[in-house]
Amino acid sequence: MSQKRHERRTEEAAEGDDEGDAPHQQARWYDGDRYEPLLDEKSTDTVTVESSLPDDLTREELTLPDLSEPEVTRHYTRLSQMNYGIDSGPIPLGSCTMKYNPAFTEDVAAHPGNRVHPLRTDEDKQGILGLLYELQETLATVGGMDAVTLQPPAGAAGEFTGIQVAKAYHEANGEGERSEVIVPESAHGTNFASAAMAGYDVVELPSNEDGRVAVDALEAAAGEDTALLMLTNPNTLGLFERDITEIADIVHEAGGLLYYDGANLNSLLGKARPGDMGFDVMHFNLHKTFATPHGGGGPGQGPIGVSADLAPFLPTPQVREADGGYETYEPDHSIGRVHEFMGNWLVLVKAYAYILRHGDVGLERISETAVLNANYLAERIEYEVPYGPFHHEFVASADEDAADVAKAMLDHGVHPPTTKWPEIVDEALMTEPTETESKARLDDLAAAFNAVAATDPEDLAAAPNETTARRIDQADAARNPRLSWHALDDT
Amino acid sequence: MSFDIPSDRRYLESHEWTTTDETVRIGITDFAQDELGDVVFVELPDAGSEVTAEEEFGVVESIKAVSDLLSPVSGTVTAVNEDLFDAPELLNQDPYGDGWMLEVDPSDESEFDDLLTAEEYRDNIE
Repeated sequence: MSQKRHERRTEEAAEGDDEGDAPHQQARWYDGDRYEPLLDEKSTDTVTVESSLPDDLTREELTLPDLSEPEVTRHYTRLSQMNYGIDSGPIPLGSCTMKYNPAFTEDVAAHPGNRVHPLRTDEDKQGILGLLYELQETLATVGGMDAVTLQPPAGAAGEFTGIQVAKAYHEANGEGERSEVIVPESAHGTNFASAAMAGYDVVELPSNEDGRVAVDALEAAAGEDTALLMLTNPNTLGLFERDITEIADIVHEAGGLLYYDGANLNSLLGKARPGDMGFDVMHFNLHKTFATPHGGGGPGQGPIGVSADLAPFLPTPQVREADGGYETYEPDHSIGRVHEFMGNWLVLVKAYAYILRHGDVGLERISETAVLNANYLAERIEYEVPYGPFHHEFVASADEDAADVAKAMLDHGVHPPTTKWPEIVDEALMTEPTETESKARLDDLAAAFNAVAATDPEDLAAAPNETTARRIDQADAARNPRLSWHALDDT
Repeated sequence: MSFDIPSDRRYLESHEWTTTDETVRIGITDFAQDELGDVVFVELPDAGSEVTAEEEFGVVESIKAVSDLLSPVSGTVTAVNEDLFDAPELLNQDPYGDGWMLEVDPSDESEFDDLLTAEEYRDNIE
C-alpha cells in the first residue's frame, strides 16, 4: 500500500519534471515599465539626533531610508531575482563542482548545540570534539589517508598547508634542500601559486597527446631537487591518470612526495582512493565534494589528509580519542596553527551531516551519477569533446570564441561552463554538471549549448540580451572601476 | 595577421623590444599587445633601480593574463613612462611609441649583440 503510493508520487514528479520549469529569467532594474527603485528612492525620513560628541564629528541631520519590513523584504527578494545561483538553475562550471547545497544541512548547522564558545575546555565540548573526530576519520577513510586536519579554510589554503607539512617532513629528514615542485601544465592555477608561496621553484610538466601526464617527461624532471609532485586525478580534462602507480613510483624513488588536489574527488567516492594510488598528502574541498556552500556563500573549508609518516607535522590542535571521550592535542612536530580554533566549524558540521545522510552507498552513488550526468550531457551537445573517456567533467571545444558562447548561453536561462581553460583544448568549454541535476535540467543545458552552436557568430558577439547586466566591458571595468552602490544611469 | 616589427630596434624572444640609440628605450611588441588583449594594469620599477638582461623588471596585466616583463639589457633605469599607469591602453594603441616603458642607461652595450634582429624576431613569431 505505502509502496504503491510512493510509485504514484514518483510518476507525478516525473511528469512535472518533463514539462520542466521555465528556464531561469532574471529580474531587471528596468523591466518594461517597471523599475526597481533603490531603498532611498522609495521613501526616506530625516532624523536629527542630540549628541554629546564634538560638533566637527557629527551631522545636524541624516536622511535614511524609511520603509516597512515587507517593503524591505520585497526589495531584496527582487534583487536576488536579478542574480543567478544554484537555487535558480544548474551551474556547470568545470572543476568547481557547483552542486546544490541541501537545506537540511542548514538545519543541522543551526542546531543550538553547535553554539559553543571555542575556548571552553575539552571536557565541556565532548560532543563537538566527537563530531570533529568522526569527520577526520571519515575523510581519512574516503581518501585512504592515515590522518586528517580539518583546519584549512579553503582548497588553496589546504594546498598551502599540505605543502608546508611536506616541507617540514623533508626538513626533518635532512632533505630540506629539495627546492622543486612539479606541476602538470593543465593543473589548477592554485597549485603553481601554492608551491611558489611556499618558496619552491615550480617545474611545469607537459601533457602527452592523449591529455595525461607525460611519464617520460616526469622521469626527466624528477630528481634530487624534487620535493613534491602535485596532481589532480581525474585530471582537469576529466581523464583518469592511468599511469598513476608508475608516476608515484618515479616520484617516490626520487625521494619526493605526491600531493593530491581534491578538486576532482567528486568522481571517485567509494571507487578509488588517493592514498591507494600512492599519494602522501591531499586536500578535500568540502564546498565541492561534500556540498557545503561555495565562495561568497561560504566560507569554504579545505581539510588535508596525510600518510602516517607526515602525521606528526600536521597543524595543531588535532582531536583524538581518550578515556572513552575525546581530547585535543598538538602533534609532535606540528607546523603550528593555520586557522583559529578548528577552522570554520559550522561548515564542518554541514559536511558531516551530508556524509552521514548519504552513507557509504550514497557517496558512491553521488560519484556514479556525477560521471553519468557528465557523459549524458556531452553526448547530447553538438560541440566536439576532443579528450576522453572522461569522468565527472569534460572539456568541449567551441568553434568560435568560448567567451561569446558563454555569454549567449545566459540568454537561454542557464549558467555557462568554465571557459578558455584548460588551454590544452582550443576555446575550451569545461563542463561539470554534477550529480544534483535531473535529466530534464541536463536537457535544458544541452538545449542551451545547441541553440548557441546554431547561432550566427555575429549574434553571439551581441549576447547576452536577456540578463540584468548586458555584456560587461571587461577592460574598462578593470581600468576605471566604479565602486559605488548607486545604480548606473545607463543600465 | 601581419604584425608591425620596426627594423630600427632589437628584440627578445619573450616579446620585448629595445632601441639601440643614445637613449635606450624598452617596451613590448605589437605581437605581444595583440596576444595579451586589452591591457588594464602595468607595474614598472622606479627610476634609479637596476634591471638585468633577461630578468624580470615588471608586470603587465590584461583581461586575459598576467605576464612578467623581461629586460632586453642590463643597466640603470633613467626614466619611466608614468602615462602607462593612468592609460595602460597606450600599450595596445602604440606599443613602439607612446607605449614605451623604460629608458635605461645600459651597463654593457655588447648585450645588444645577443638580441634578435627584426627579421629574426619575425621568424620566431611566424
